[in-house]
Amino acid sequence: MQLNTNTNIKDSDDFYARLLSAHHGLSAAQSHAFNARLVLVLANHIGDAEVLEMALLVARDTSVDQT
Amino acid sequence: MSYDYKPFEFVPPPGLTATEPRHNVIIIGAGPVGLALAIELALHGVQSTILDDNNVVSVGSRAICWSKRSLEILDRLGVGERSVTKGVTWQVGRTFHRNEEVFNFDLLPEAGHKMPAFVNLQQYYVEEYLISRAQELGVDLRWKNRVISVSQHHDFATLTVETPEGSYDLAADWVVACDGARSPTRAMLGLDFEGELFEERFLIADIEMPGDLAAERWFWFEPNFHSGQSALLHKQPDNIYRIDLQLGWDADPEVEKNPELVVQRLAKVVGHSDFSLGWVSIYTFQCRRLRSFVHNRILFAGDSAHVVSPFGARGGNGGLGDVDALGWRLAAVVKGLAPRNALTAYDHERVFGADEDLLNSSRSTRFMSPADGVERLFRDAVLNLAGRVDFAKPMVNSGRLSKPCVYPLVAPDADLPADARPGAVAPDAPIGEGWMTEALGGDFVLLVLGCEPPNVLVRVVVPDVTEIIRSRYLGDQTQAMYLIRPDQVVAARWISASAPDIEDAIQAAWDGQLCN
Repeated sequence: MQLNTNTNIKDSDDFYARLLSAHHGLSAAQSHAFNARLVLVLANHIGDAEVLEMALLVARDTSVDQT
Repeated sequence: MSYDYKPFEFVPPPGLTATEPRHNVIIIGAGPVGLALAIELALHGVQSTILDDNNVVSVGSRAICWSKRSLEILDRLGVGERSVTKGVTWQVGRTFHRNEEVFNFDLLPEAGHKMPAFVNLQQYYVEEYLISRAQELGVDLRWKNRVISVSQHHDFATLTVETPEGSYDLAADWVVACDGARSPTRAMLGLDFEGELFEERFLIADIEMPGDLAAERWFWFEPNFHSGQSALLHKQPDNIYRIDLQLGWDADPEVEKNPELVVQRLAKVVGHSDFSLGWVSIYTFQCRRLRSFVHNRILFAGDSAHVVSPFGARGGNGGLGDVDALGWRLAAVVKGLAPRNALTAYDHERVFGADEDLLNSSRSTRFMSPADGVERLFRDAVLNLAGRVDFAKPMVNSGRLSKPCVYPLVAPDADLPADARPGAVAPDAPIGEGWMTEALGGDFVLLVLGCEPPNVLVRVVVPDVTEIIRSRYLGDQTQAMYLIRPDQVVAARWISASAPDIEDAIQAAWDGQLCN
C-alpha cells in the first residue's frame, strides 16, 4: 500500500481550524503531549507498516533547517 | 501618481435656506457601497441623496480586487464593462515560502461567463465610474456634507449636517450608513462591533513602476527579502503595483511610514528602486461585525457593518454583496410594494454572508500571523510540507478569495445542479447574443427551460437549452423552472410548477426565511 499524499481531507480549512481549536487553552507541554497522542491514535488507525514507514520519511524533513 | 484627483464642487444644499421635505432615503458616504446602493435604488425608481464629508474619490488604491460577482453587480448598475476594460484581469496566484514557490492556483476561466474571476482596479476608478453613473441617473450627491448627529424616531430619522456654509437638518424615512470601517454613524448610535481583534500591523503602498510584471497575485511567507514576515504583490492598471508588507505588532507606525524606509523595504521586494512611491498607509485590522445591520430606520452596509482583514478581497466585495441584498428590498419598501420586514431578510442574509467572510478572513489571518506556540508550530509544518507533498498545499492559507455565499433559503428545490440551488447566484451562461446575467435581475424572473411557461404575472425568460445551460441548470433533467430574485439569486426551482406554486414562492422570497 502507498502513502496517500494527495488531498484526502474534504475541507482543509475547516480541519485546520478544528486542529488548532483542539489545542485551545493547553500549555506548551500539554500541546506537545496532545500531538504525541494524536500521532499514536492516527498511526494505529493506519496500521500498515509500509505506509507508516513512508509517513515517517516524509515527516523527517531534511530540506529545511530545523528550528 | 498618475491619477488626477478632481475635487467635486460643493453646492449649497436647499436645507441651508429652507426646511427640506422628508427624504425617502439618505445614504451617508459616497464610497463604492453608498454609490452602488444609490444607483441600484435609482434603477428601481427610488431617488436618494448621498451625503459625503469629503469631495474627492478614494485617496489611494484601497479596495482593488473585484470578484466576478462584484463585476456582475457593477454590470447591472451600468459600469461593469468599463471596469473590466480598465482593470487588470488576473487568474493565477503564486504562493512562496522563503523564495521557493510552494503552491499556485489558477482560477481557470470556465467558458461561458461574461465576467472574469477577478479584476484589479483601484477604488478611485470604481468610485469615479459610479459617480458619473449616479449623476446620469439624477442621484442627489452632496459633497462636503458631514453628518454630525443622528436621531431615531418611530418611523423616521433625523440628521444634522455640517457644510462649509453652515449646518442644516434633514429627515428621512430611511438612512443607510455606508460610512466605512470607522463609521461615525455607528459611533453616534453607540453601537459596538463584536468579534476578534488581531495584533498585527501591515504596511500598504502603491508604487508606480515601468515594466511589465505578470498579472498575477504573489504572496510570500517569510521571504528572504523580509525576514520572518509576509508580503503580497498585486498588479493594477497604469503600471501601479500594490504591496502589503507584514510588519509585526511591535513596529512603530510613525517610523515605518517614513518614505525613505518604505522605499528601502519595497526595493527589496521588487529587486530595484526604479519606482516612484505613491500612497502609503499602515494598518491593523479586525474581524468584527455589528450584531444587527438594521436598527429601526437606520441601516448599515459595507465596512460600517462588518470589517475583515484584507486578505481574501472580502471588504469591497462583501460591501457590494450588501448592496445586492438591500437595494431591491429597500426600493420595494419605499414604494409600498413590500412590508417593512423585508429588511429583516436583508439583515439575516448579510449577517450570514458577513459571518462567512469573517470566518475565512480570521482563518487566513491566523495562518499568516500565527500566535507563538502551537499555531506557529502547525503553520510552519504546513509550509514545510507544502513544497513536497500535495495534501499540504490547500492548507496553505494566504487568503481565500471572495465568492458569493449561498444563502440557506427555505425554498422549493428539486434534483437539479447544486451550483444553481436556491440561495445561490444564478450561474451566468451565454443566451443568444447576450448573457444570462443581463437577462436576469432587476425584478422577479421566471426562467423556463425545456417546457411551456405557466400563466404568471412575472417576467418570463425562455432561453434555448444550449449545452452550457443544460449543464448549469438542468443536469439530467429535461425541463425545469427557476424563480430568480431581483438580485439574481435563485429563489426557488422546480421540475414543473403551477402558477400558485410560483406566486407562493415570490411571497416567501420577500420574507427570505433562512434555515437555522
